[in-house]
Amino acid sequence: MASIKRIKVGTASCGLAAGAGAVLEAFRRCAGSVPVAEVGCIGHCYAEPIVEAELDNGESVFYCRVKGTDEAAKAILSLTDEGRFIIPERRRELEHIFVTRLAGRINPVDLAEYKANGGFKGLERAISMTPAQVVDEVKASGLRGRGGAGFPTGMKWSFLAAKQVPDKVMICNADEGDPGAFMDRSMMESVPFQVLEGMMIGAWATGATRLFIYCRAEYPLAIKHLKIAIAEMKKAGLDKLPGRPAPLEIVIKEGAGAFVCGEETAMIHSLEGGRGTPRFRPPFPTDSGWNGLPTSINNVETFANIPPLMVEGGEHFASIGTEKGKGTKIFALAGDVENPGLTEVPLGVTLAEVVYEIGGAKPGTVKAVQTGGPSGGCIPADKFDTKIDYDSLKALGAIMGSGGLIVIGNHRCMVETARYFLSFTQRESCGKCTFCRVGTTRMHETLERIVAGKGVESDIDFLEQLGDKVRKGALCGLGQTAPNPALSTIRYFRNEYLAHVRDHVCEAKQCAALVDVKVDPSKCIKCRLCVRTCPVGAIDPETIVVDNDKCSKCNSCIEVCPKKTISRVLRGEGYHSSNAQK
Amino acid sequence: MSGAFSYLPEAGSDKGSLIKGLQLVQSREGYVSDDAVRAVSAHFGVPEAEVEGVLTFYAQFKRTKPGKYQISICDGTACHIKGSTQIAAWLAAELGIGNGQTTEDGLFSIETVACLGCCSLAPCMAVNGKVHAKLDRKSLTRILNEYKKMN
Ligand SMILES: Cc1cc2nc3c(=O)[nH]c(=O)nc-3n(C[C@H](O)[C@H](O)[C@H](O)COP(=O)(O)O)c2cc1C
Ligand code: FES
Repeated sequence: MASIKRIKVGTASCGLAAGAGAVLEAFRRCAGSVPVAEVGCIGHCYAEPIVEAELDNGESVFYCRVKGTDEAAKAILSLTDEGRFIIPERRRELEHIFVTRLAGRINPVDLAEYKANGGFKGLERAISMTPAQVVDEVKASGLRGRGGAGFPTGMKWSFLAAKQVPDKVMICNADEGDPGAFMDRSMMESVPFQVLEGMMIGAWATGATRLFIYCRAEYPLAIKHLKIAIAEMKKAGLDKLPGRPAPLEIVIKEGAGAFVCGEETAMIHSLEGGRGTPRFRPPFPTDSGWNGLPTSINNVETFANIPPLMVEGGEHFASIGTEKGKGTKIFALAGDVENPGLTEVPLGVTLAEVVYEIGGAKPGTVKAVQTGGPSGGCIPADKFDTKIDYDSLKALGAIMGSGGLIVIGNHRCMVETARYFLSFTQRESCGKCTFCRVGTTRMHETLERIVAGKGVESDIDFLEQLGDKVRKGALCGLGQTAPNPALSTIRYFRNEYLAHVRDHVCEAKQCAALVDVKVDPSKCIKCRLCVRTCPVGAIDPETIVVDNDKCSKCNSCIEVCPKKTISRVLRGEGYHSSNAQK
Repeated sequence: MSGAFSYLPEAGSDKGSLIKGLQLVQSREGYVSDDAVRAVSAHFGVPEAEVEGVLTFYAQFKRTKPGKYQISICDGTACHIKGSTQIAAWLAAELGIGNGQTTEDGLFSIETVACLGCCSLAPCMAVNGKVHAKLDRKSLTRILNEYKKMN
């Protein structure tokens, strides 16, 4: 029988949040002479904490939902059959593991291990070619930016390469502003060297001399791993390129919590130390960017694609995906799915395959999927046969965006979802241009009114008209895309809007102003846990009836009720003391 | 002032490092006080109004002293869909404070953030950077009690 060569515990942010810290400690106590390593995330976040037992015959056994106890650790060390984790066959078929090959499989900050697994082979090949040849190879691959806009990476690099100046800047956009997307975090935490290798190849191809990584401050572990990786590269001399007089400057800058800073001109302003407001383009950053220097910006996942692309060759890369969308894309699946986490699929798989077959959502339980975050839109379930790529999603009024994919179950309200996104963009609007500043504010106010049950039918037309103007008139991508969540939900879920404004009904019972809370007396055992928990004293201790004039709809009683007798009902179906007195 | 913020040079002195300087202050002091604004202004040679401008632009910066346990409640898309509004309401009810406030005993403060990157385990919150996932009414109370007990 094979024996265990090494134990690997996934301690990326998702693993830690699920309790991997205690698992790691248990193995450190119990593993004896078997080495225990920390690795990143393999994407199956729903199964965290995950432990991999690496065997001396080259195979591996995975365990999921591991408990942080000595017994659990000892059982795994004896290769128990219990709790083994096998990636479902169908998921294996649908996925195409290209960029994430090493994520969660190696120690993120161990340079030797990265190299032993093919790390820096891409850079090696790149510097055996001329910079122009590398740009051509990236062009030939058809790789388009993974940060949202989908601009061809090879083309962007050729603009920077054409600048004949000694000092040029290359920025890695690690702001990951889409709330609900986490693939960039995972890549930085799990394979920081791969991202940095991609940047070094970019520097070789374009002549860039300074490399900046602009990472959001909410990702402390990503920042830590990148810092260690940069220091390791410096030690090993991997920050040098042939023919360059000095090592490259590689600097991490922490963002400070502003969504708009993901936009490239805003990011440059932020890197210069000021307020991160965008500006009109042209001039494009490749003409005048950071402190006036030619600058190009690429997303984390775009850079992470570069090393395997260089190893496998542009032609191989171009053989994956669709006509206009080459390669793979990592999607961050979350929301109402069984298996939230990361999945890497070739472009061209259908939404149904991702949501149902990979995500494990049951057909019939899902209303829509939200792609592209605050800039994107909601796609209804009857369009799930759409093949995912940049253009197909755009045609549906959404965008692929950075790859956040939030699955929305039947029990959620689409108007409230639109309101949520507009509250986000309204808050994050930098205020520089009127269309965005005032437009998003008015749209948000209107949606607030509708969910409060105070909307009128003309509000829907108003949203559509104003949305169209904001789209056309705003200065930067934030404003230009901000109406999308409202417009796409009106397009596909007009019924829900109409029910809110005409009948003041929220079918999903999510909008607090349009629901009552009611106890089902037939099942109630009068334990009065609800009475004690209610923060506003709305439940009568004798009759156990909720007075909806007092109730704040906080759901506390619903959550604590051991018999599940309390629920939200449509407004008017519950008790109101004001009505009773009349 | 001189002694209090003497670590500022660690952030550099060029204007491009202004944000870094403010982040350094916040990581040391927990927030950016009026004194800190003056010190930063002098150190980077940038008018105080401009420092204020940068501070108010970025959500990360706090102008009031946060609690010993800083709770960042996530209201990103995944967490919102999974009920973060309710989590925030319960938190506010349990602690008697709202977003951006600190409890009287100085133990807890609450801020709302957009996505902690643990969307697959939504809804989440972080307490001093440690992420607590898959929150519900019970786990929230338990977590708060654990922190209260430590004092
Ligand atoms: C409001 C706004 C926010 C953005 N946020 C991000 C982000 O968080 N991460 C990212 O990579 N790109 C973001 N972008 C897109 C960038 O402006 C830019 O297109 C991208 O970083 C280019 O890299 P790529 O070509 O590799 O995709 C954002 C754009 C806008 C308008
Ligand atoms: S949305 Fe809450 S962690 Fe991402």
